[in-house]
Amino acid sequence: MIRISDLSYRIGKATILRDISTELPKGALTALIGPNGAGKSTLLRLIGRLEPLQTGSVSLDGADLASTRTEDLALRMAVLGQQTAIASRLRLRELVGFGRWPHHRGRPCAKDSAIVDEALAGFALGDLADRFIDEISGGQAQRAYLAMTVAQDTDWLLLDEPLNNLDMAHARALMCRLAELVRGSGKSVVTVIHEVNYAAAWADHVVAMKDGRIVAQGTPHEVLTSETLSMLYDTPVTVGTHQDRPLILHHV
Amino acid sequence: MADRRVMLCLAAVLGLVVAFWMLQGLPSGQARAFVLKLRAERLLGLLLVGISTGIATILFQTVAANRVLTPQIMGFDSLYMLMQTIMVATFGIAGFSALPTGVKFLGEVGVMVLLASILFGTLLGKGVRDIPRTILTGVILGVLFRSLNAFVGRVLDPNEYAVVQQASFASFSKIDASLLPVALALTAGGVVAALCLSSRLDVLGLGRDPAISLGLRHQREVLASLAIVALLVSVSTALVGPITFFGLIVAGLTHGLTRSPRHAALLPVSAMIAAVTLILGQLVFERVLGQAAFLSVVIEFAGGLFFLFLLIRGRIR
Repeated sequence: MIRISDLSYRIGKATILRDISTELPKGALTALIGPNGAGKSTLLRLIGRLEPLQTGSVSLDGADLASTRTEDLALRMAVLGQQTAIASRLRLRELVGFGRWPHHRGRPCAKDSAIVDEALAGFALGDLADRFIDEISGGQAQRAYLAMTVAQDTDWLLLDEPLNNLDMAHARALMCRLAELVRGSGKSVVTVIHEVNYAAAWADHVVAMKDGRIVAQGTPHEVLTSETLSMLYDTPVTVGTHQDRPLILHHV
Repeated sequence: MADRRVMLCLAAVLGLVVAFWMLQGLPSGQARAFVLKLRAERLLGLLLVGISTGIATILFQTVAANRVLTPQIMGFDSLYMLMQTIMVATFGIAGFSALPTGVKFLGEVGVMVLLASILFGTLLGKGVRDIPRTILTGVILGVLFRSLNAFVGRVLDPNEYAVVQQASFASFSKIDASLLPVALALTAGGVVAALCLSSRLDVLGLGRDPAISLGLRHQREVLASLAIVALLVSVSTALVGPITFFGLIVAGLTHGLTRSPRHAALLPVSAMIAAVTLILGQLVFERVLGQAAFLSVVIEFAGGLFFLFLLIRGRIR
């Protein structure tokens, strides 16, 4: 379980997060939703220690973020930020191989390469393994980063808009893969999602944020209602049902 | 595996060049010992400059996440020159020359490492996400150091200024033999430290976010790398003076020759390429062209052209 207490964050004079306290369940797929600028990415980056905490505290399965060694945290959680370009010319296999670095710290063994192959295959990248990262499309690169994150083989996966650049088929395949990691391997996933229907279809727990505050949290049925979503996005939203899951009609 | 072959080939070439340097046209009789000693000293100097330039450039490019920058373009060596000028201004010529070389050199390097880590650490540690701004700031810092240097130079009296000027031109022929033991120790320290970091440097090369996610202490590794860069640049600048574009050629060749981005391969390869280039170049200038020109001028010219080529090809990554 990730426990967040009294977390506030400001950049200059702008307050990004205001007094956030919540718990994110273990063994579940948690979706962070909300309009642009709600503070979702910042919250995820703070949990993932990509930005230093200002006030408040975060603990991961009982380990306080501020007092746990970052090397140990890397064995418990993997964070994928919104990616930036990489300077060195890497092959896909090498990039995914870095996911194993927290485990071997420079001395990979046979087990590591087996896990890398598995991660490559899991994201349908086997054929591209020897291509350079700057020679593949944005969506393929996104999948490569995801494969690296999964290869890190941690209990927690924190993903910032992993559906970016992915087409319909790969987006669904990714959500399916994440759900499989949660149900099959007992992992916990926290992900920022823009398209609420993916949250509706796949998430176990939804956290809705607006203006740096959490405005609603709970199961998809509890959070993804017409009233909450209309208030959240300041626009009328109709919610239907499809296969016992909410279906959000926001585009018509 | 391909990298290992490249390393072996380079080591062989380096061995040949070194043997040729030491043995070519060796006089017989009493002069032999003298010439051998002289050549060995010069060889050591060239090796140290080559190795430190190669490794410093690769390290710096990894930290800056950029293949066009060198520590010199960012003003590392102008910072060193500025310190020299300030020392001449403070102590005068007599005081400056009377400073014990070893102690003075160690002190300079210490201050340089501290200053460079603070300056470039704050610049690169947080600002790496904005590469154009980083380059601009570095270039402007370099100009600032050079202008300050020129300003202090103007305040100096002409004799003192002559001392400063002599130190400001790169020359591979006038390596101060008394500095060699200290320089050797420092370079060895820097090289060993860089090689120990090599696996972590690979991760650093992924960028800040992925590196932190993989459990790297990003800020600390950036500072450590910059400290090593400052150390190596100080050594090379103290021995031969400022050379701006040499590192760029070396780094370019290194990335061209090695196929993998692993620093365990990049660092030794860059060191060997730099050493071979310098020794070969100096051989040609000293023994074929009879000192008709300065090697540093040709290296700067070729390096400058290469820099323009990289810029025009848009390879600023």
